[in-house]
Amino acid sequence: MNIALIALLPLLGAFIPCLFYNRNLNAASAGVIAGFSLLLLLLQAPAVFSGDIPLYTRSWIPAMGLTFAFRVSGFGFLFALLVLGIGLLIVLYARYYIAAEDPMGRFYTYLLFFMGSMLGIVLSENLLLLMVFWELTSISSFLLIGFWRDRTDARQGAFMALVITAGGGFAMLAGFLLLGHIVGSFELTDILAAGQIVQAHPLYPVTLILILAGAFTKSAQFPFQFWLPHAMAAPTPVSAFLHSATMVKAGVFLLALLVPVLSGTALWFTIVTATGLITLVFAAYMAMFKDDLKGLLAYSTVSHLGLITFLLGLGTPLAVFAAVFHIFNHAAFKAGLFLLAGIIDHETGTRDILRLSGLKKTMPVTAALTVIGSGAMAGVPLFNGFLSKEMFLAETLAPGLTGAWSWILPAGAVLAAAFAVAYSIRMLHGVFWGKPAEDLPSHPHEPPVGMILSPAFLMAVCVLVGIFPAFFAGPLVKAGAGAILGPDMPPYHMAVWHGFNMALILSIIALAGGVVFYRQRQRLFDAHVWCSRNLDGKTLFESLVSQMVHIGEMVTGYTENGSFQRYSALLIGSALVLGVSPFVRDSAPFLGSVPLTIPDPVTLVMGLILISAAIATVVTHRIRILSIIMLGTVGLMVSLAFSRFSAPDLALTQISVELVTIILMMMALHMLPRITPKESSSCRKWRDIVLSVLAGGGAAAVMMAVLTRPFDTISDFFLAHSVPGGGGSNVVNVILVDFRGFDTLGEITVLVIAGLVIYALLHNFDITGPRTDAQGYPWSRDRFPIILVNITRPLLPLALLFSVYIFLRGHNDPGGGFIAGLITVAVLILQYIASGIVWTRPRFHFDNHVIMALGLIVALVTGFGSWVVGYPFLTSTFAYVTLPLVGKFEIASAMAFDLGVYLAVVGSIMLVLVKLGTINSSDAQIVSTTFQREKEIQKEGH
Amino acid sequence: MNHLVAAPLLLPLLTGAWLVLGVDRPIARHRAFSLAGCLALTLITGLLLFQSITGPVQVYVLGNWSPPFGIVLVLDRLSAMMVFITALLGFLSLVYAVHGTDLEGKNFHALFQFQLLGINGAFLTGDIFNLFVFFEIMLLASYGLVLHGGSGPRIRAGMHYALLNLVGSSIFLVGVGILYSLLGTLNMADLAVRIIQAPESSAALIQAGGLILFAVFALKAALLPVCFWLPAAYSFTSAPVAALFAVMTKVGVYVILRVFTLIFGDHGAAGANLLAPWLQPAALITLAAGTAGLLAAQNLRRITAFLVIVSVGTLLAVAGTLEQDAIAAAIVYLPHTTFMTGGMFLVTDMIAQQRPDAGAKLIPDQPVQQQTLLGLLFMGTAIAIAGLPPLSGFFAKVMMLIHVQYYSGSAWIWFLILFAGFLGLIALGRAGSIIFWKTLPVQNINSAEGAGTRPSRLPVFGPIYVLPAAALLGISPLLVIFGQPMARFADTVAAQLVEPVLYIEAVLGLERAALFFAHTGGL
Repeated sequence: MNIALIALLPLLGAFIPCLFYNRNLNAASAGVIAGFSLLLLLLQAPAVFSGDIPLYTRSWIPAMGLTFAFRVSGFGFLFALLVLGIGLLIVLYARYYIAAEDPMGRFYTYLLFFMGSMLGIVLSENLLLLMVFWELTSISSFLLIGFWRDRTDARQGAFMALVITAGGGFAMLAGFLLLGHIVGSFELTDILAAGQIVQAHPLYPVTLILILAGAFTKSAQFPFQFWLPHAMAAPTPVSAFLHSATMVKAGVFLLALLVPVLSGTALWFTIVTATGLITLVFAAYMAMFKDDLKGLLAYSTVSHLGLITFLLGLGTPLAVFAAVFHIFNHAAFKAGLFLLAGIIDHETGTRDILRLSGLKKTMPVTAALTVIGSGAMAGVPLFNGFLSKEMFLAETLAPGLTGAWSWILPAGAVLAAAFAVAYSIRMLHGVFWGKPAEDLPSHPHEPPVGMILSPAFLMAVCVLVGIFPAFFAGPLVKAGAGAILGPDMPPYHMAVWHGFNMALILSIIALAGGVVFYRQRQRLFDAHVWCSRNLDGKTLFESLVSQMVHIGEMVTGYTENGSFQRYSALLIGSALVLGVSPFVRDSAPFLGSVPLTIPDPVTLVMGLILISAAIATVVTHRIRILSIIMLGTVGLMVSLAFSRFSAPDLALTQISVELVTIILMMMALHMLPRITPKESSSCRKWRDIVLSVLAGGGAAAVMMAVLTRPFDTISDFFLAHSVPGGGGSNVVNVILVDFRGFDTLGEITVLVIAGLVIYALLHNFDITGPRTDAQGYPWSRDRFPIILVNITRPLLPLALLFSVYIFLRGHNDPGGGFIAGLITVAVLILQYIASGIVWTRPRFHFDNHVIMALGLIVALVTGFGSWVVGYPFLTSTFAYVTLPLVGKFEIASAMAFDLGVYLAVVGSIMLVLVKLGTINSSDAQIVSTTFQREKEIQKEGH
Repeated sequence: MNHLVAAPLLLPLLTGAWLVLGVDRPIARHRAFSLAGCLALTLITGLLLFQSITGPVQVYVLGNWSPPFGIVLVLDRLSAMMVFITALLGFLSLVYAVHGTDLEGKNFHALFQFQLLGINGAFLTGDIFNLFVFFEIMLLASYGLVLHGGSGPRIRAGMHYALLNLVGSSIFLVGVGILYSLLGTLNMADLAVRIIQAPESSAALIQAGGLILFAVFALKAALLPVCFWLPAAYSFTSAPVAALFAVMTKVGVYVILRVFTLIFGDHGAAGANLLAPWLQPAALITLAAGTAGLLAAQNLRRITAFLVIVSVGTLLAVAGTLEQDAIAAAIVYLPHTTFMTGGMFLVTDMIAQQRPDAGAKLIPDQPVQQQTLLGLLFMGTAIAIAGLPPLSGFFAKVMMLIHVQYYSGSAWIWFLILFAGFLGLIALGRAGSIIFWKTLPVQNINSAEGAGTRPSRLPVFGPIYVLPAAALLGISPLLVIFGQPMARFADTVAAQLVEPVLYIEAVLGLERAALFFAHTGGL
């Protein structure tokens, strides 16, 4: 558990610094947490140095091969030590660096979060777990870089870093999954032992490239290098941490980690070495021209990462050893230099090399420390950078290289080393030497002791390692490299003096070349103007993002264009294509075996009327009233067809539905203009015509095919059980209220919802219908023809009685609650039409909401009734009773259900009708106010 | 018979009807009833989920008419999981809605309950015509909720949504009609048995019926090319409604899985492997199109709406293999994506409320009042959705990638899922950076300038207001910590799906199941 806690402690404790308002407590709490982690890590030291790899494994999600497993290899130990050691120094430094007005608690929270994620990467045993921490560093670095959120460059830098590194992470995830697929396990122990299997696998190239994409983006290798300099918008302690020991080193960590598995092939060598070399030279070149201290250091970082990548690409044991050594050295001097740059910035108010000058008088300690750091960066003897750089130069001369590689590699290496010397001199000379600057934003002076302690410590490490490498760094580097190389550990020689050899000559050339470059810098600057104008990664990135956005907009704008016609054409077209597709390769005859009947003249005429009315509905659609009349004709024909084919229930239902629907539509029409404008181009019309003909024809063809096949269904059961089981001889009704009563319950719910929706819609609508008729005359005042009024009023009780009759006979003869409800609605509407809303509404002043809700509840309660006797919901029962005078008749529980249907139908349709009727009429006000008043009076009466 | 199986339908129906009955009662009463109903529903569905994990497939025979003659409700593991997800999401959305959304129009709570009824019905029914009825309930209620309290664009978007789905309903009837007239039954288990006995000469017609149904299901699930109703409908409607709708597209996904594993499953019958040439390509194109939309969206609401499309594309691309382990991985992803997109709608709404000028638009505005709170909620939800660790999105994604790798099209699935995650990250990262970082200086909003257009005071959210979004986000780490139980559960869900003989036995009895079993050659 201790091993897991090393990484988990900073992660879980990340919120703690946020809890304090005192700046010292913020820093102290962060320091304590990191310190504990460090302690836990050091406890593992004896085991690690003796060559063991302590493991901690717990099962997590075996289904995906994820275990909660940590390991402390020598390499991981080295990294964790860097992360925690430098992390602690940063914690101390940041206490003085972060200004009082910035939220320090939040800063430390992000920092700990990041620290924990980084530790997770270097200590994970499971590759998927490593991936988890990998992406966590992307997220936490996003937060850290964007810490000064109100600065544009911070936001852009953070966003860019997130996109590049997390995006690379997605590629790496794919690579890891492939690796796991090849090896059959995600445990590093298994994977590291499976190098040969992996390299022999056909998926090896893809796997390698995906993993490299992740590592290169993270380590800012060419062509992804551009995000790193822009990440310099972060507070300097963050830059020091992210770009020396952690974030960007994660990429090279991973490369080094997987060297035993992935390296040794030509593909690895070519890609990794070439990328490393290009990055090394290019970034070192760029660093020379940066006027911003941090910008210079950023490019220098990229360059050094390129160097490490290059070494790993070579893949020889000594190269790997040199890479590990350089990781350590670079972390020390680069972190120190960043911190020193932060001090300069903090105390003078600027990081611009062109403005800074002659600081060695006012800031001697800082100057001295910077000399050490720059020396190490340039690879000057006696500083640690020299040692690893010389190993690196020696490796470029390794005898194994053939062809062009044998001279390109050393040449590039020397060139880059010379650039490094030049930019180191520039930094040092430009800032500390020369005439003291006059116009600095603030007066330069030495920083507080707490601030200088951290860089001083790091520089001390640089010097000590530089002079006594074998003593101070030897065991650590040996453990680190040993963990990667295993038995291949080469004989190595860590000392300042290697004797006079080729590497030393290259070193001297590089030093001399650097001085020359620095002296000739003006010419280089001129040449560079061209480059910088054309090679800006950030502009490229931003134009790439905006290109993608543009493509997205084009695709979306073209497809999701808000046209209902297009959407429905797509829907119908899709259904058509899907429906036709099975017949393409089908060899069976389309029509079945049942012989066709000859249509009789009546049916034929009805069919013709139906077809022409349907066509007419479409043709006349712009003259709405005509179109609705045609639609009514269609409905009428359908109900006639029902009665012709002996389905009186359906015919009755259809005709009453038609009636009510047409009235509703007429009322809605009142709010619309009489004529619709022409909207469709003729091209689109043709598209629609073709589509509808095909869809309609297809439906008809399928119908033919289906009807000509023998029909064997469960409907015989319904016919047989209607009377004995359902207690009714009208099978349609028994199906509706009993066999499939649940469907009916659903359908009346639909009606109720429709009522609610239309009511709510109209309630919110602010529409006004025309005040005049089409000719511009005001509406007639004589609205209620007296004859109609006089006929409809006596009709009301008769029709209601009729609907009761229809309702009661429903179970055995055509009828039922649905039809009865529609009849009631029809006759009520008639009252509204004949006598007007002002007369009618107060006379039917029950709330239609209540009626329809009652309908639902009655139906539901009927259903619940069967629970009482231990049957499932909606189980029906019936009995025959004999009453005097009436005689024997049947009572079925289904009739109560049907009553619910009746009420729901009446309530919902009336709700809509009354709302539609009142919405735009001047009477609406009267009705609603009188209605309200009546209600209030009623309430008071109670 | 376990009456609890019917409770996810009867409870919201009763609550809804009761609320309509008391239409003029004070809103507090509506809220109390509605919340109580949802809470009870959550508890009941939780219990049902537990029962389904430990017990067999349960069947509820409505009206006591033995199947295939009457209508049955069937509770297997998948449907139990879906009704539980719906209930939980519904409850949390409702808790959010009672802070004022429900006052914007009439009868919000009744419609909300009916919506739950429709969704649960679609999950539970074992009858294909009854499914149609529940689609209608769902459609009407959702139409009402989309429109709720809105005007202008909301009505327009709702109108498109409703009309398109009505066209879909008629197409559904055509499909069901074909199947009924050829196979003579509406019970889904019975359809599965009868289809293996269907004559060869009818095979093409049966397939046509199935594919026509697929067109409708694709519309419900929002697959390309029938997904364009979604962005407008989801982004213009009120936040809690949109949050609930996160589960609506999953109804489409569910019925595709149900119908095309049960009736048209790989049983060597007329309709075997019917979807193979269609589903996965459509899902992948949907994924790509949703990703394009993500990039193009200039409004956080729209981004979230496109995230719903992306999530459907992902789900169906993976589950569309119709292989057990891939379906299992998709089932791990399903609750995650539903809850997270739902939560994102709520977070978006809270953010929009605290930005006086920009609302959810991605243009700089004054910083939101509760930066830390909303920032954390947004970031957490965004991380989960983009599939970054340590939240559930990452694990679900990895699970899907791992389990889909052996099947055809896996390279495309890998590429598109990872690419969609990448672009989702760009879209959400950009949005977050504009909303929380790229802020304008704080103005006194009570100053004379522009006072007319702005609300007089920006809301500050209390704990109860934040609770739903926070709770939804809180589900994500739970899915990670209990990743293994979840994965194992998903595997049993998928096992039930790909081997439907137990489902058929539960509905039709041993004899018919044995018939099916014999024809399909066994396990």
